Amino acid sequence: MDIILQQLVNGLSLGSVYGLIAIGYTMVYGIIGMINFAHGDVYMVSAYVTAIAIALLSFFGIESFPVVILGTLIFTIFVTGVYGWVIERVAYRPLRGSSRLSILISAIGMSLILQNYVQISQGAKQQGVPTLLSGAIRFDVGDGFVQLTYMKLFILCASFIGMGVLTYIIQKTKLGRMCRATQQDPKMASILGIDTDKIISTVFVIGATMAALAGVLVTLDYGGFDFYVGFIIGIKAFTAAVLGGIGSLPGAMLGGIILGLSEALFAGLISSDYKDVFSFSLLVIILIFRPSGLLGKPEVEKV
Amino acid sequence: MSQAVVSINYKKSVIDAVIAGLLALIVFGPIVGIVLDGYDFNAEPERLMWIVLTVMAGRLAASVFFQTSKGAAFLYKHSSKDEGVHVLLPGHKSKLRWIIPLTIVIALLVPFIASKYILTVVILGLIYVLLGLGLNIVVGLAGLLDLGFVGFYAIGAYGLALGYEHLGLGFWSMLPIAAIIAAIFGAILGFPVLRMHGDYLAIVTLGFGEIIRLVLTNWTELTQGPNGMNAPLPTFFGMEFKRRASEGHVPFHEFFGIPYSSAYKYIFIYLVLLLVVLGVLYVKKRLTKMPIGRAWEALREDEIACRSLGLNHVLVKLSAFMIGASTGGLAGVFFATYQGFVNPSSFTFFESALILAIVVLGGMGSTLGVVIAAFVLTVAPELLREFADYRVLAFGMLMVLMMIWKPRGLVRMTRTGVEQREGNVK
Repeated sequence: MDIILQQLVNGLSLGSVYGLIAIGYTMVYGIIGMINFAHGDVYMVSAYVTAIAIALLSFFGIESFPVVILGTLIFTIFVTGVYGWVIERVAYRPLRGSSRLSILISAIGMSLILQNYVQISQGAKQQGVPTLLSGAIRFDVGDGFVQLTYMKLFILCASFIGMGVLTYIIQKTKLGRMCRATQQDPKMASILGIDTDKIISTVFVIGATMAALAGVLVTLDYGGFDFYVGFIIGIKAFTAAVLGGIGSLPGAMLGGIILGLSEALFAGLISSDYKDVFSFSLLVIILIFRPSGLLGKPEVEKV
Repeated sequence: MSQAVVSINYKKSVIDAVIAGLLALIVFGPIVGIVLDGYDFNAEPERLMWIVLTVMAGRLAASVFFQTSKGAAFLYKHSSKDEGVHVLLPGHKSKLRWIIPLTIVIALLVPFIASKYILTVVILGLIYVLLGLGLNIVVGLAGLLDLGFVGFYAIGAYGLALGYEHLGLGFWSMLPIAAIIAAIFGAILGFPVLRMHGDYLAIVTLGFGEIIRLVLTNWTELTQGPNGMNAPLPTFFGMEFKRRASEGHVPFHEFFGIPYSSAYKYIFIYLVLLLVVLGVLYVKKRLTKMPIGRAWEALREDEIACRSLGLNHVLVKLSAFMIGASTGGLAGVFFATYQGFVNPSSFTFFESALILAIVVLGGMGSTLGVVIAAFVLTVAPELLREFADYRVLAFGMLMVLMMIWKPRGLVRMTRTGVEQREGNVK
C-alpha cells in the first residue's frame, strides 16, 4: 500500500514535468502540424543552462535559496526561449510550405546538431548540480510511510503555476487569441491581419520556455544529466501529448500526468527495467487505437 | 528586361548583423563560453568570441549578398519548391552505362589489392549501402518516414547470433531466415500503423526501434544483455575460415593447401556481400519499373488521389515496408558475421539517423545517390579520424541544409518515360 502511494506521489511530479514538455509538442503540432523533433533537446539544453546559472550565481557568492532559484529560472527560461526562436528561424521557417517529410527530417537534423554541439562544448561526461533543497514531509501509512520531498512539492507547485499562467495567456490575452486563431485557420488569420510567422515563432518560444521550466525542475531534483537526456524524455513527453490529444493544451497536461502515474506504477509494481518499453508501447497502442487521444479532435484529411 | 536598379541598404545589413551577433551571444554564451567542471566552471571567452564574430560576419555577408541581383536570383531559385521527379525521354540511354560493369570489375578486384584494413572499411561501407537501399525503398520510394529502421538491422544481427547459439544454425541458413523474420516484424509493425498519418508513423517506428533495443538490453536470459553475443563466421561449402576448424569441418586454408591468413574471411564476406548488394540493386531496379514500384511512388506523391483510383494503400505501403525491413535484416546478418559479435549498443537511434542521412543526402529514391552517400558517410569518418567528434554535427547540418536547398538530394531521382504504344485504338 505504501509503495503504491509513494509511486503515485513520484508519478505525479514526473507527470507534471512530462506535461510541461508535452505543451511544446502539442502547441507546435497544433499550429503548423509538425513534430518538433528537437524539442527534447531544447529541454536538454535547458538542463545545462540551469547548471551553468547555478554555478555562475555561486561564483558571485549568491547562496540564498529563493534568489538562486529565481535567478536560475529567469536566466534559463530566457536563454532557452531564445533557443526556441533561433531553431524555428534557422531550421523550420525556410521550409514553410515544403512537404512534411522535409520538415521532419530538418527537425531530426536539428536534434542531432543540438546534441553534438552540447557534447563538443561541454564534454561527454555526466554533469550535475548541488542539492539546493532537501528534506521531506512524511506521512505514516499503515506499517510504512510515504514521503513527499520538498523538491517534489516544489515541482508540483511550480509546474501547476506554469501551466496556469500559460492557460491564462492562451485563453484570456490578445496574444492567446491570435495563437488560437492561427491554429484554427492560418490563412484566414493572416488575412485578418495576424502576422502568422510571428505567432509561429511565439509558439516555439512558449514551448521552449515550458521545456526550460521542466528542465530547471528536473535538474534540481535529480541533480545529474548528460547531453543525451533529451531523447528519452522527449519521446515520453510526445507520448503524453498524443495521449491527451495532440493539439490540445489541457490534453497535454492531462496526458502528462496520466503517463507519469502509469509509468511510476508500472515501475513500482511490475518492472523498472521495462518502464521505457511500457511507455513506448503505450504510445504505439494509443496511436493505433485512438490516434486523436483523450481530448483531441479526430483529424480529417481533405484534398 | 531592364536592368533592375540595385541599391544595397548597408544600414539594414549592419543592423541584421548586430542582431544576429546578440542572438549568437545569448545562444552560445552559456553553453560554449562557460564549461561546467563539477559544480564549478571554466570560462572560455575566446572561442565564444570567434563564434559570435563568425555569425556576425556571415550574417552581414548574407544580408548584403541577398540584396544584390545575384542573391535575389539565388533566393528565387531555391524558394521554388521543385519536388517533382525528372522524367527522361522514352528510350533514353544514360551516358554512364559503361560505368556499371567497370564498377563491378573494380569491386571484384578490391579484395586482392586492398589491405585488410581497407577491406574492413569497404565491407562496412557495403553494409551501409544495403541499409541505405532498404531504407530508400521505405522513405525514398514509398515516402514513409521510418525512424526505427535500426530495429530490423538489430533483428538480422541478433537473428544470426541467437540462431547460432540456440538452434545451431549457421550463416547460410540464417541469411534468408533473418530476412524473412525481419520482413515478418515489418509486417507486424506495419499493418496497424500504416493507416496512420506520416508523422505519427515516424514516431511509432522510432518507438519500435527503441523497444527492440531495450528488450535486447534487458532480456538477459536470452540475449546476455549488454554483454552481447558471439556470431558465427560464414563457411565456404562447409569449410571454416579459422586456423583450426571445429569437429567435422576442414579449415579453408588446409583444404587448398595455402598458408593461413585472417584476411581470407574478410575477402569471403566481402565477395558474398558484394553479390547480395548487386542482387538487391537489381531487384530494386526492376521493382521500380513494376506496377508495385509505380504504386509506391504514386502513393508518396498523393495518397488521396491513389486511394480514389482504387489502390489498396495499406497493402502497397506494407509491401514497401516489408521489403525494406528484409533488406535491413540482411545487412544485420552481415554486420554480425563481420564483427563476430553483437551487442545492443550498435543499434541506437543514432544509427537510424545515420541511415536516414545516407538516404537524404543521396537523394530520396535515387539508387546511385544512396550508394555514393553510404560510402561517403561511412568511409569519410574513417579517413578523417581527428574530426570524429564533429561527425554527428556535420550530419545534422547536412540534413537541415539539404532539406532547405536540395530536398531531393544530390543525385536526383529520374525515371525513363514510357513510349506510346502503337495500337489500333486511335
